[in-house]
Amino acid sequence: MSQPVVSTGPTTRQHAVRRGVPERLRPLLLLSPALLVVGVFFVGGVAQAVLQSLGRQPFLGQTDWSFDAYRATFADPAFRASLTLTLRVVVLSTGLATVLGVAVALLVRRHARGPLTTLLQSTLAVPHLVGALCIGLLLSPSGFASRLGTGAGLVDGPQDFPVLTNDAFGWGIIAEYTWKEAPFVAVVALASMTPHVRDLEGAARVLGAGRWRRFTSVTLPLIAPPVAAASVLVASFAAASYEVPRLLGQSFPATLPVVALQRYQDTDLLVRPQAMAVATIIAVLSLVLVAAYLTLVSRLSRRSL
Amino acid sequence: MNGRWGGRLGVGLLVAAVLLPVLPLVVWSAAGTWRYPDVVPGRLTRRGLDLVLDGEVVSATATSLLIAVTVAALACAIGLSAGRAIGLYRFRGRRLVQFLLLAPVIVPGLAVTLGIQVFFVRYGLADTVLGVVLVQLMPTVPYAATLLGAAYANLDVDYERQARTLGSGPLRTFLTVTVPLLRPALVTTALLTFLISWSEYILTLLIGGGQVTTLPLLLFAAIGSADRTAAAALGLLVVLPPVLIVLLVARRLRGRDDAWMGLARG
Repeated sequence: MSQPVVSTGPTTRQHAVRRGVPERLRPLLLLSPALLVVGVFFVGGVAQAVLQSLGRQPFLGQTDWSFDAYRATFADPAFRASLTLTLRVVVLSTGLATVLGVAVALLVRRHARGPLTTLLQSTLAVPHLVGALCIGLLLSPSGFASRLGTGAGLVDGPQDFPVLTNDAFGWGIIAEYTWKEAPFVAVVALASMTPHVRDLEGAARVLGAGRWRRFTSVTLPLIAPPVAAASVLVASFAAASYEVPRLLGQSFPATLPVVALQRYQDTDLLVRPQAMAVATIIAVLSLVLVAAYLTLVSRLSRRSL
Repeated sequence: MNGRWGGRLGVGLLVAAVLLPVLPLVVWSAAGTWRYPDVVPGRLTRRGLDLVLDGEVVSATATSLLIAVTVAALACAIGLSAGRAIGLYRFRGRRLVQFLLLAPVIVPGLAVTLGIQVFFVRYGLADTVLGVVLVQLMPTVPYAATLLGAAYANLDVDYERQARTLGSGPLRTFLTVTVPLLRPALVTTALLTFLISWSEYILTLLIGGGQVTTLPLLLFAAIGSADRTAAAALGLLVVLPPVLIVLLVARRLRGRDDAWMGLARG
């Protein structure tokens, strides 16, 4: 039941006849290469992770269905420690990135918008791998911050500097995610602070609303949907990314993606279903966040209509 | 008056917070000796530069470029086709398609790729450049389709109709009318998909198996070593192209959050 958005006329029908592809099959045909890629790699990947977590191992002839991998995973105290760490990293990184990002957007809007926006955008381009290196060189016990601290007489040496990288709490990971993702939230927030928002703020000012009141009752509700959508992206990334926790965290407890790869690389193939169980848990967690994102975006577009 | 000074202080803090982590990276890349607790290095060296021009790094750069250019070209081609459907047609299942094209951008690749790695091994695609290119289509194609879909939605199809009425064939119309009209979006999409591929680490590791050595893989190994100068020099080499690309496309992207979405993933 497809029809072009643009007016259909004899010309369109003529084309369809000439090419021999019925008009209503055209979108499917056009979409097929992209759907093939997503279907094989993404849907196939998720389905395979689920199947293998349930005990089906392709090419190994193992076909017993069981929830053993999930039972073993959830019974493992190491997994529970990982889950706690992952949730802590996700909540703190997302919270910090969102609050700082909105604060930065408000600041940048009032002062030197052009150059500062460019600065924020360049931060977005930095690969997380390089970000992890930067944070490591800055926050490690003998890093730049520790040197500055010693110079200022606040720190007595590397042993005296608080452990911020490869620490049990995950400070290094949180620092990297916040440093990289707060500019992302800020860029999205800035994009949503349209002239329309400014007009409404002006109207509120005329009506006597103070600065804080204008922010909470006018600006924040207007920019909330895109900012919330950006936060969802940050959370799903923080939950499922590998390099940063691998480089800035501990190997025990490690975040879920690191645990998934550790179990995957285990020489004992019987551990592999557990790797897939962890991968499935990560995928489900992220997909829930995708659904939340879509809901937010559709609410956003409805509002702007 | 007070507010203005507060604003300047805030701007200063912001610039410092953004740039502070980058500072040790730049300094370390040129530091010969930098003993604790010195704030500046004792001696500068060009070892970092030599290392970047070393055979292994040059060949990894070539591999990275080859993969990223191929991935960008394929993603643009597939994205042009899908974008036309998304931008110009209303059809049943459109929401499902939108979900399918959004999910791979948001769900990071590790969880998905673990399950299919065994198939790459089975079909001889593991440890090959082709395998790495194929797996990197997963995060780039949906992104390209979304960006080009938005461009198609703004395309005036009457130009295509006029060309067809004047006797131009479908291919010629596409090449001489559609592509030039979509050129700005195409350039942006190509650059950003290049960037995603250039920064990719975990998919390359899982499918390339350490045999396909791209720059991020070398960088990861260098970060694990004790040689901070080498890691910093490689880090600069990896970070410069993406920053240049973003500065190049930033003006076109202002106000487009869907475009920034992909950038937050690297």
